[in-house]
Amino acid sequence: MSDERYEVRFSGSGGQGIITAAVILADAIGSFDNKFVCQTQSYGPEARGGKSKAEVVISQSPIDYPKALEVDLLLAMTQTACDAYFFDIKPEGLLIVDSGLVQQLPTSRAVSIPFTQIARDVIGRELVANMVALGAVGYLCGQVGLGSLEQALLARVPKGTEKMNSEALQAGIEEARKIDLDTLPRSVLSDWEDEL
Amino acid sequence: MLERAEIIRQEYLRHDKKFPHVWCPGCGNGIVMGALLRAVHTLELSKDEVVLASGIGCSGRMPTYVDFNTIHTTHGRALTFSTGIKLAKPELTVITVMGDGDSTAIGGNHFIHAARRNLDLTAIIINNSTYGMTGGQYSPTTPYGSISTTSVYGHVEHAFCIAELAVTAGASFVARGTVYHATHLEEIIQQAIKKKGFSVVEVISNCHVQHGRRNKLGGAVAMINSFKENAVRVNKAEKMSAEELEGKFTIGVLADVDKPISTEQYKRVVAEARKNAVKNADEKEKTKVKRYE
Amino acid sequence: MVDSENVKRVLLQGNEAIVAGALAAGCRFFAGYPITPASEISELLSIKLPELGGTFIQMEDEIASIGAVIGASLAGTKSLTATSGPGFSLMQENLGYACVAEVPCVIVNVMRGGPSTGLPTSPSQGDVQMARWGTHGDHPIIVLAVSSVADCFSVTVKAFNLSEKYRVPVIILSDEVVAHTREAVALPGNDQIRVIDRVAPDVPPEWYKPYADNNRGVPDMANFGDGYRHHVTGLIHDDMGYPTQNPQEVEKFYKRIHSKISKGFQDIQVTKTFLMEDAEICVIAYGSVARSALKAVRTAREQGVKAGLVQLVTLFPFPRKSVDMYLRQCRVAIVPEMNMGQISREITRINQANCRIVKHNRIDGHLISPDEILKRIVKA
Repeated sequence: MSDERYEVRFSGSGGQGIITAAVILADAIGSFDNKFVCQTQSYGPEARGGKSKAEVVISQSPIDYPKALEVDLLLAMTQTACDAYFFDIKPEGLLIVDSGLVQQLPTSRAVSIPFTQIARDVIGRELVANMVALGAVGYLCGQVGLGSLEQALLARVPKGTEKMNSEALQAGIEEARKIDLDTLPRSVLSDWEDEL
Repeated sequence: MLERAEIIRQEYLRHDKKFPHVWCPGCGNGIVMGALLRAVHTLELSKDEVVLASGIGCSGRMPTYVDFNTIHTTHGRALTFSTGIKLAKPELTVITVMGDGDSTAIGGNHFIHAARRNLDLTAIIINNSTYGMTGGQYSPTTPYGSISTTSVYGHVEHAFCIAELAVTAGASFVARGTVYHATHLEEIIQQAIKKKGFSVVEVISNCHVQHGRRNKLGGAVAMINSFKENAVRVNKAEKMSAEELEGKFTIGVLADVDKPISTEQYKRVVAEARKNAVKNADEKEKTKVKRYE
Repeated sequence: MVDSENVKRVLLQGNEAIVAGALAAGCRFFAGYPITPASEISELLSIKLPELGGTFIQMEDEIASIGAVIGASLAGTKSLTATSGPGFSLMQENLGYACVAEVPCVIVNVMRGGPSTGLPTSPSQGDVQMARWGTHGDHPIIVLAVSSVADCFSVTVKAFNLSEKYRVPVIILSDEVVAHTREAVALPGNDQIRVIDRVAPDVPPEWYKPYADNNRGVPDMANFGDGYRHHVTGLIHDDMGYPTQNPQEVEKFYKRIHSKISKGFQDIQVTKTFLMEDAEICVIAYGSVARSALKAVRTAREQGVKAGLVQLVTLFPFPRKSVDMYLRQCRVAIVPEMNMGQISREITRINQANCRIVKHNRIDGHLISPDEILKRIVKA
């Protein structure tokens, strides 16, 4: 049963649009791709403080436990979030980080992309770094139709910002296309841990 | 006159209800009820369209006796029930009768917010300076120094002026009357019901059994006569000095202002919400077609 | 949740699905006061209700909110309020009024850690016994629990239906996890939902006895302004609604308001079961914890342990009959709750089968994990 679940965790700091990105992914998968999906997030003071997280559980069948148990894909938009939320990633899971904000990687099975820098340089607004990251997450998780992702994004972003957000998403997808996951190590665990 | 009284008795009292009522002989509540019924009769309101709500206490029993849509709510909360009734059926005339403790102690917050909110409601507050039904404890309008069953050495707190409180809280119409001035009372209740907006009528009344007896104010007749002696018409009071007004209180209309009623204003909200819903649905369709056809 | 391919699904939070369910059930009035973690219900209804010609109002406190809700219901409008623990405490007084005056209304309590201000942003199930016994005096009440977004919709519809049918306030207990989890759900169209309305009197006004008994035990209900002038009071009353202290009338009144609920047990008491056919160990859970329990039960099955889940949708009147059946079937019942053991009290109370009841209580403001329950199952 647990094999059916695919779990994505978005993490960063309050104000980076972590929850918005997760909601759009969940909407794309649940409303447009018709899979089962559960989206949860940190709430209250926790969500406003140093670190914020949002999770999306994806499945072909109804989901029982709504929160992530073993994370398949972790997006970390700050070093603090990366350190705090890396612990329950699956051995074959994938870590994606903002290369400008996360320098110390806990594993070599990681993809570093300068989301914030792309948002600034290509789109002209750092604010949409979350959408650049969403594009990369969407592409690399292989769980969502990219058309669905864009439709969900258009339905959820504030009026008048559709174009900017949509371009940010595309920039993220394009950047992720350049990555070959097969070149990464097989497990997030280091070799000696594997032998234990 | 007698004929009219008989019509009102026949027409507005509940004859299937097991009388007698709970009020003591000489109680002012009956005078207030009479004035209210005459006002409703004069205004030719249909009984089906009138709601009479009350809280808890002696005044709380009034709805039981009259043939309207009636509700006896919880202590202090009558105005909250009235708010719900009025919002659900704005065409109803909703009148709320309360006591002094009911409206300004336990229900004080609801009272000032109802005045601020300005729904088209009428509140009649019978102020007898005590909690009569529970045995004469001090209320928010018990005068300083008075004896009550919870202030046997003299009351150390100060009293609210209910009508003035209503004016400050923003009521559209505020008047004060007494159970002595029964005709005047009927007039101001009529005005209050007719007024669009939150209207308050404070009625100075007697509880000779609890408050009067303990403070040597005499029986029902003596107390009601004292209202005649101490009441000063608002316009006359304006010309009187502070010394002359010592121990007196004003009667008449204290405030009568026109301002937007929230039920009327809410119609605008409904119209705007509907327009917006249609617009949003249209735009959603358009975006879809544009990008994915 | 059964979805066909062609039904459009929407991503909703639990709180949003409660709004959708309420509107589908015909709710057109809401009065509330801001409180975490229930505020989304107010915010959304302040937009949705006027769109449908309904009314939203934010009152000065929760006492006033439920007062307005009762008033609106008496005037014929299906009404809702939503709150969390501190507000629910304030509502108890008028909740009792709705029980005695038999006014249909629905109260959502999105539970957070208590007592007092407690843990405003954390999930809890600490208000279960309060939902049953919070207001003073012997009173009938219905309490339902939601565990998913789909539940939030369908249980809310059910709550309104039960409330109208039995003329009783219905409490929906949610929690922070259910309230804020987003799931894609296919909402049924209005033609697919069964909506029950209060029964209007079919006699002329002069014959109407607003609180007279009938074979259902639920008197027909006339709304204010419909021509059936009658009296409503929080005092114990006779068939006409007038206060009474006559011992026969008083006893008759109490018996009727309780028996109207017991006559409806089959209709009111809902439990769901998963993998219970051959189960030797059952987990009895409700709310968000039922989801952890289902995960635990499935994992236990993979390990060859015959475990099953009994999910309580109706908490009160406590579904004694069905729970008793499962207690007789199983040697152990595990009761995980985010409180000190409020439903386990009920289960222990009714247990006549020598089934071992194992409590599992978590009160640190976090959802019970499937692992914790699994450990209990394996040890049992």
